[in-house]
Amino acid sequence: MTGLEATLRAARAAGRKLLVPYITGGYRPEWLDVVRAVADAGADAIEIGIPFSDPVMDGPVIQRASEDALAAGATPGGILAALRGHDAGVPLAVMTYYNICFHMGHERFAQGLVDAGVSAAILPDLPLEETGPWCDAADAAGVETVLLAAPTAPDERLPRICARSRGFVYAVGLLGVTGERDTLAATATSIAARLKSVTDLPVLVGVGISNADQAVEASAVADGVVIGSALMRILLDGGGPEGAAAFVAGVRAALDG
Amino acid sequence: MPLDPPTSDGRFGEFGGRFVPETLVPACMELEAAFAEAWSDPAFRAELDGLLRDYAGRPSPLTVCDRLSTELGVQVLLKREDLNHTGSHKINNVLGQALLARRMGKERLVAETGAGQHGVATATAAALLGMACTVYMGEVDMRRQELNVFRMRLLGAEVRAAMSGSRTLKDAINEAMRDWVATVESTHYCLGSVMGPHPYPWMVRELHTVIGTEAREQCAALLGGDGLPDVVTACVGGGSNAIGIFSGFAGTRAELVGVEPAGGAAVGRGAPGVVHGSKSFLLQDEWGQVQEAESISAGLDYPGIGPEHAHLAAAGLARYEQVDDREVIEAFALLSRTEGIIPALEPAHALAWISRDREALAGRTVLLNLSGRGDKDVAQMMEHLG
Repeated sequence: MTGLEATLRAARAAGRKLLVPYITGGYRPEWLDVVRAVADAGADAIEIGIPFSDPVMDGPVIQRASEDALAAGATPGGILAALRGHDAGVPLAVMTYYNICFHMGHERFAQGLVDAGVSAAILPDLPLEETGPWCDAADAAGVETVLLAAPTAPDERLPRICARSRGFVYAVGLLGVTGERDTLAATATSIAARLKSVTDLPVLVGVGISNADQAVEASAVADGVVIGSALMRILLDGGGPEGAAAFVAGVRAALDG
Repeated sequence: MPLDPPTSDGRFGEFGGRFVPETLVPACMELEAAFAEAWSDPAFRAELDGLLRDYAGRPSPLTVCDRLSTELGVQVLLKREDLNHTGSHKINNVLGQALLARRMGKERLVAETGAGQHGVATATAAALLGMACTVYMGEVDMRRQELNVFRMRLLGAEVRAAMSGSRTLKDAINEAMRDWVATVESTHYCLGSVMGPHPYPWMVRELHTVIGTEAREQCAALLGGDGLPDVVTACVGGGSNAIGIFSGFAGTRAELVGVEPAGGAAVGRGAPGVVHGSKSFLLQDEWGQVQEAESISAGLDYPGIGPEHAHLAAAGLARYEQVDDREVIEAFALLSRTEGIIPALEPAHALAWISRDREALAGRTVLLNLSGRGDKDVAQMMEHLG
């Protein structure tokens, strides 16, 4: 499997806007079928959420998906075991909270991702200043660590975040937690533009990207988008692999213009 | 020798830090700088001291418990934080943070609360300073402490139920942090204990050092010899009242003893972990999922502990004991009967430890931080004792 950053850079070079859907691991028994369906529907990479008991960066939809997954017995080990040998055909990144990684041990967690065929990790409660021990282990194992950059960051902070980020830079689109919004926040394009001016890494906007129109609007400035809650709401409502594929295909078509 | 300041990256030993979403990092840095500046500004200190004296009623007395001491065979002194305005030590921290928030140009306070004491204190400070206030409280706690919910609303605060997870203090903190992520430009998060991301564990400690400073002077005036009690004890949830009184006696011969609820004993039964912004001891399962605490006291119903307590425990500078709910109920009744003081369930934990270990403590002098009064718990205790 080619790495996350290499894959995204190649797609961008080919003139493509990048689409990274998010799926909570273990939210329903068929979650792996959803991963496959979303990959086939035009995802460039997929974020797999490892549910955590206290997801402070997540709004109601992903909270509910996480609670469902935990109630169904999902564990970090179980999710990584399920991914092992499952070739989605696109790079995978796990999204979870730092205690899951810290508790398992940095080296063990990194090796667990490698063994599961996961390219990258996103830890939304591990800001730049605290990344050292994890990034050392991740770098050694060949795991790419995606860092987040928020609208509240002063200008001098953004180049430092980009320098430490691998895979892409996750531009937090608004002040707030994950979840759908009626309109795209002005901060989505402003943070994307600020990041684009200081880095050559792919810049993807996530948090608050709710539909195809907003994805297109954000991607006018950014290299692409991450979509989580809008997809998970469809899945929690029983949309299944077909519903997910239809949604992702719709966003894909809009992005491809 | 006072307690050490944290390192520049917010560490007490290996614990602490700033594990928050990137959105909040600049706000934490701004808060750190603003507090450091205010705390060294005599005008800020004078304004806060004036409020603590004329509004909150400081200094709080030190009470010698003759009848209780006779019954236990241990000389017990109470630092009477229960006599502060709003009924607990929480007002010390909240007045400081509210003044700081106003100084920083913030218009709104957001807070979490467990038993409601910190929520009531925050709502009080917001009313005093004319600020907007939103308090998150677990739905379970709202039912256990409905009088405090009414108090907060009477004071003009909006109380929002935390409906996720265990629906207690841990989940109220999650909701308060989510609110702050969305409102950080206009809102100050008035965190209620010595936990959370740097600078909170340090800032909240500093705002409670007034407890230890007063108690040290009061003990010196009261006791012969070196003027020190043999033991200083307090209950520990997050640990703000404990760190406040410990701060006056750190580095002396007085033994420091924190008392945790058996169902939420982060030091006694937890392992190092990261939640709510800092690394500390934490109750968690084999995968690092945070476990729900279970205590009769909503104020201690928390699976973690402030990072400085984790450091004091790991370094052997303080000792942490556990008591169960039954022992707490007995201590609640004991202090009421012997001294005419109805304690909050939280500090009743510390008394429960003294009572259980009274043989080992025989003849010694123990200073207990009576962090709050029991009015809020009377209805709940009526079910157990009535």
